[in-house]
Amino acid sequence: MYRSFIRWIPRAASLLLCLLFWQLAASHHWNLGLVTFANVPTPLAVIEAALGLGDSGKLAQHLSSSLSRVFAGYLAALIIGIVLGLAIGRSKWAEDLLLPPLEVLRPIPAVAWIPLAILMFPSSELSMVFITFTGALFPILLNTVHGVEGVDPRLIASAKSLGAGRRAILLEVILPGAAPSIITGLAIGMGTSWFCLVTAEMISGQYGIGYYTWESYTIQNYADIVVGMLLIGLLGMGSSLLIKRLGGLLTPWHRPRGKA
Amino acid sequence: MSVFQHLEGRIDIRGLSISLGEGRAAFEAVQGLDCQIEPGQFVCILGPSGCGKSTLLGALAGHLQPRAGSLKVDGEDVSSPSPQRGMVFQHHTLFPWRTVRDNVAFGLKMRGIGKAERHEAADEILALVGLEGFAERWPDQLSGGMQQRVEIARVLINRPRLLLMDEPFGALDALTRLNMQELLLDIWTRIRTTVVFVTHDIDEALFLADRLLVMSTRPGRIIEDLRLDFPRPRTSELVTSHEFSRLKRHCLELLRHEDGRQLPRLNPLGLPPENKLPRFAL
Repeated sequence: MYRSFIRWIPRAASLLLCLLFWQLAASHHWNLGLVTFANVPTPLAVIEAALGLGDSGKLAQHLSSSLSRVFAGYLAALIIGIVLGLAIGRSKWAEDLLLPPLEVLRPIPAVAWIPLAILMFPSSELSMVFITFTGALFPILLNTVHGVEGVDPRLIASAKSLGAGRRAILLEVILPGAAPSIITGLAIGMGTSWFCLVTAEMISGQYGIGYYTWESYTIQNYADIVVGMLLIGLLGMGSSLLIKRLGGLLTPWHRPRGKA
Repeated sequence: MSVFQHLEGRIDIRGLSISLGEGRAAFEAVQGLDCQIEPGQFVCILGPSGCGKSTLLGALAGHLQPRAGSLKVDGEDVSSPSPQRGMVFQHHTLFPWRTVRDNVAFGLKMRGIGKAERHEAADEILALVGLEGFAERWPDQLSGGMQQRVEIARVLINRPRLLLMDEPFGALDALTRLNMQELLLDIWTRIRTTVVFVTHDIDEALFLADRLLVMSTRPGRIIEDLRLDFPRPRTSELVTSHEFSRLKRHCLELLRHEDGRQLPRLNPLGLPPENKLPRFAL
């Protein structure tokens, strides 16, 4: 208890040091050769901008539209990623049919999807959900495949010897066996889904943290950009932590080595 | 006596050949094997590493298909795994995501038996293997010997005709191994089933078995078939007796004769797994 408290001191100090450096660099317009802080807003200016955003009354709307887009895209990625991952991991057929096109689609960055997303979906809302979906899909899919293939074949053989059929093997052996890896994929996917948010909300008309960040850039309101960046960072971190916690509750048997 | 009480668990092997590997790398792990095993008998199979004794066990369990010949249990061809033929591996295969009790009750769950009833049965059989009070634990929280006891309990809850064991105590320390051997014999006197026990430990084989089959190096054939009439219940004093030493020398000579080349270990699921590289970067 005391030790974990002690460890918060350097953590907080590290954050404070970063802030101090930022404040000094920005207020004195440091020019470090490769990078220059001449046009970077100071932390105080950012805090002011954040308070301004809070006072404007739009924060709740920005937050709720972004959260609903991220979670809709993420939920779709979760279902499709796990189902496809199970199929690819279990069957050579599914692997040969599904993996090649997915491998081609995987390296395509979210930005490149914007024009097609606008063309393919009836509303810009759906296009945005689709772009956050592409961000979350691949980490979830690939970690699921990895987890399914990592299940010990002896466990499957034992389950067969104990009378398990195909369905029982999937539900009782493959799924729980792959669960730790799937949860890792879900936590990474949560992060990448937020990662794609600014890209997605570039096509938004009004609301969203990503939209707010992008709009601030187009009207050269630098302090607001940093507020948007920090909000996305915090929300992404928070939701990834939430996924990990939930995952830990779902896999009580699984303790990372050395922490048991 | 038990032979007449329990007529289930008779094994009939005729001209059995099993090949492993694919294409050019294929080889016969077992060739032209003939053997009959009486119901309720405790049979140990002894042989050098890689001789195909585990392969034979895998075929009895239904995990491997014969290339030629026939394999019958109580007159029926073995075609796929079944709860009638329980298998215990060298390293436990308990489900890490199930508690000890749920692991043991797994076979009953697969048969659709209700939770209360299967938990009661699991607790009963856990007591039989000396693990009362461990039902709520996760498998990873138990020692190696305890994990193997849970594994045996999980198989026995199905009341199998055959209990197939692939060097089940091979990974345990010497003292635990002796305790487990005595425990296994004790359980076997209460739940009488045909046991086929693969080992490369001569002492273990002589101590446990009614009948000892010695296999040659690959392709595996039976080169010796010994009846062991040491009285039961057997205790650790048996291993120092004159007759025990004589048989041990005999087995050693047989095995030494066969000890030509070192072969890679086989397992009941076929060949040892290759180290596969992931097909994509994560």
